[in-house]
Amino acid sequence: MRLSWWKLTSIFLLVYAVVGGMFLPVPELPQLGETIRNLYYHVCMWFAMMILFTVSVIHSIKYLRKGDYTHDVKARSYAGVGTYMGILGYATGAIWASYTWADPNNPAYASFGSIMREPKLIGAAIALLIYGAYFILRSSINDMDQRARVSAVYNIFAYAMLFPTIWIIPRLLPSLHPGQEGNPALNFNDIDSRMRMVFYPAVIGWTLLGAWIATLKIRYTILLEKKWNNNEK
Amino acid sequence: MTNINKIKALLRKELLLETRQQHTLYGIMLYIASTVFVIYLTMESPDSETWNGLFWITQLFICINAIAKSFLQEAKGRMLYYYSITPPSVFILAKLIYNVVLMLVMSSINLLLYAAFLGSPAVSFLQFYLISLMGAAGLGLIFTMLAAIASKAMQQASLMAILGFPLIIPQLLLMIRLSKTAFAEVFREGVPLQLVMLLAALDILIVLLSVILYPFLWKD
Repeated sequence: MRLSWWKLTSIFLLVYAVVGGMFLPVPELPQLGETIRNLYYHVCMWFAMMILFTVSVIHSIKYLRKGDYTHDVKARSYAGVGTYMGILGYATGAIWASYTWADPNNPAYASFGSIMREPKLIGAAIALLIYGAYFILRSSINDMDQRARVSAVYNIFAYAMLFPTIWIIPRLLPSLHPGQEGNPALNFNDIDSRMRMVFYPAVIGWTLLGAWIATLKIRYTILLEKKWNNNEK
Repeated sequence: MTNINKIKALLRKELLLETRQQHTLYGIMLYIASTVFVIYLTMESPDSETWNGLFWITQLFICINAIAKSFLQEAKGRMLYYYSITPPSVFILAKLIYNVVLMLVMSSINLLLYAAFLGSPAVSFLQFYLISLMGAAGLGLIFTMLAAIASKAMQQASLMAILGFPLIIPQLLLMIRLSKTAFAEVFREGVPLQLVMLLAALDILIVLLSVILYPFLWKD
């Protein structure tokens, strides 16, 4: 089996991110301790999610411009993998928050109500709800052509509305989450240089892995369509 | 016919339809009245925070019910007819304008009923009225586009809520925040103006997106 260069890069970077993430030195902070290593996994999930959603929207735009059915398959697959990454982001975030934010006097789930009010979490929840609605919308239209067109329109509309949201909400609500003004981890003052050595490769690695999964789904869907079309003939 | 005249003609048609099929209009008004009455019976005297939250949630549901019909009532044949006489951007602009006007009226009724049944915590009623009109216009704009999207699918009314709620959150939070200026909450200087500008910018964004994207929706 031959793998193309970017798949090999993904494997290499992820092995580096997992091994390096566990063993390379990190800054010692009293509140965080060793949980700071979760940055390599938790934050990367959100980066990968947003990048995959962006790719999905680009394919939606391409579909509307050209009307090529494969762009619709791509838009859907990238949105699907992006949603999956978002759920993983929540999972890793929940583990992290249960060690750092949760009130130690109560059981961890008792802090849920106050933690969910975090602006960053609201933004992420909105993104996931939008793509949940996107899939419901798709499944409620039977005609293939119309489904592709209508869902592409919703994808673009919702994505364009998502960005003001992510920009507005943090300025309306108080937050414990790092990166109050803008994006955490992209700001060079926020993140230690030693951590950047692992963090950036990890982001690229996870994103490439997401793209890899998406391409498999795309190829599978297109093959399935071909099979159905052949059976009809 | 120029585009402005076309918009005028489409608006006139909407108004004519509304006066000839009065059951829909009265239906929404009755919906508002019964919603406020139910809230009045379940809440004795809500504090200003609760009042504010309830008011905006009620606005949201009125909006969904008032605007859902704007594309539902258009039969397939009639859409085909519009297709032959107007460009899509003119059609969606007429819909947007009409729905905003409809929402302004419905929101005024809603606020009057709220003030009558639940009292008003607003220190400056006029200020709160203007804020509520602004919010209603924003809700009307965003749900017009969503109604257009949902009209292509099955189970349109519930789908509209699913599609719309995540998108409406920022506007709703901005409105709730802005409403507090009318409740005599002290703000840093310039913040209310900033909120108003943000809302206006969002509204412009929605109109632009609608005009750009609607042409793709309406051809079958």
